[in-house]
Amino acid sequence: MSSPAVEHHHSEDQGHVVSLGLLAGVWLALLVLTVVTVGAIYVNLGKLNLWLAMIIATIKALLVAVYFMHLRWDRPFNAYILVGSLIFVLLFIGFVMMDTAAYLPEIDFKDTLHP
Amino acid sequence: MNQHEAHGSEHPSFLAHHFATPRQQFEAGKLGMWLFLSTEILLFSGLFCAYAVYRANHPEIFVYAHHFLDSTLGAINTVVLICSSFTMAWAVRSAQLGQKKRLCVLLAFTILCGFGFMGIKFIEYRHKWHAGLLPGKHYNPQAHEGDHAPVSGHADEAEHQPTTTAARHPVESAAVEPEHQAATTPASTPASSTASEEHTLQVPPTIGPAGLAAPVTTTADVHAEESTDEKVKNVQIFFSIYFAMTGLHGLHVLAGMSVIGWVLWRSMRGEFGPLYYTPVDLAGLYWHLVDLIWIYLFPLLYLIH
Repeated sequence: MSSPAVEHHHSEDQGHVVSLGLLAGVWLALLVLTVVTVGAIYVNLGKLNLWLAMIIATIKALLVAVYFMHLRWDRPFNAYILVGSLIFVLLFIGFVMMDTAAYLPEIDFKDTLHP
Repeated sequence: MNQHEAHGSEHPSFLAHHFATPRQQFEAGKLGMWLFLSTEILLFSGLFCAYAVYRANHPEIFVYAHHFLDSTLGAINTVVLICSSFTMAWAVRSAQLGQKKRLCVLLAFTILCGFGFMGIKFIEYRHKWHAGLLPGKHYNPQAHEGDHAPVSGHADEAEHQPTTTAARHPVESAAVEPEHQAATTPASTPASSTASEEHTLQVPPTIGPAGLAAPVTTTADVHAEESTDEKVKNVQIFFSIYFAMTGLHGLHVLAGMSVIGWVLWRSMRGEFGPLYYTPVDLAGLYWHLVDLIWIYLFPLLYLIH
């Protein structure tokens, strides 16, 4: 474990050093959340299961990005790049899903013609 | 520490001439890495989009086909990647503190985790290859049935085998195309071990000399399969998506391992310390992104409800 002096060291050259305790804590949290993800499939929530799995995965992703990838102590511009790319991913998948949902009745109709 | 000596001079050896300070160089490198990572996210988003469209339109394919994936191996691989991410983050810290030996050990352990991940992935891929669970037109779960269908293993049953299969046909065949049978049979391959074990255990005692009881057992089996698999076709779509997503991710794992190997080599030469650890940090960012993508792939592919 690191000494407090190292933990709060903000040298201009060295940058911020994350304490080992915090890294280990994030690691344990990720392992626990993996167990929760696997356990969640034994709970029947219908369609909510997918959303639950995605919410847990997003919490894990945030832990990795904020602590392991150091975003918490970086200049915010790096985080803007990440969030910006995710916004474009959401736009991309969102609009494609709206499009495919609009054609769903036609797909079902063709399936009944050619089972 | 050669960095300390270098720091004393006006311009350290690791500092490119167009940067004023090591800090500025580090920030610029990190910004470039984040821009690259954002393009990586967009690259994978194409595959996630394909997944979302097919799952929305054909949820039954995903519910049916994910049973062929070993979620235990998937969970082990998740843990392996999370541990490697932890050691990678720790390695960055060690580099910042100038702990050369610890840095090298942690980087080596991270690469080892990468090998572990790829080894488990190889086991999974090999199983799918043997079971014919391949993408597109190569999807043919019957291709290697002889390898592991225990029913045909016994000599005395060999002659009854045609009877058994023939007995299936009247049950299903009324309006069933051949492709449908191709889609129904995977459930009886050992990929889903419980189904195949039932099959193995039940069939030998019930098949009489005349094969009289055989139809009863198989009908029950077929009904059990029918209830879940009746409408499931185009299962190969799932495996196309599975192999595309895990394959591209696997390539990224290999790339990450190579980069960390290069960083390890430079670490052993003592190139990194409190003043200069940019390559360790940037390789770490890449490795964490690979972990991040797997965090989503695991529940989406292996844990479908």
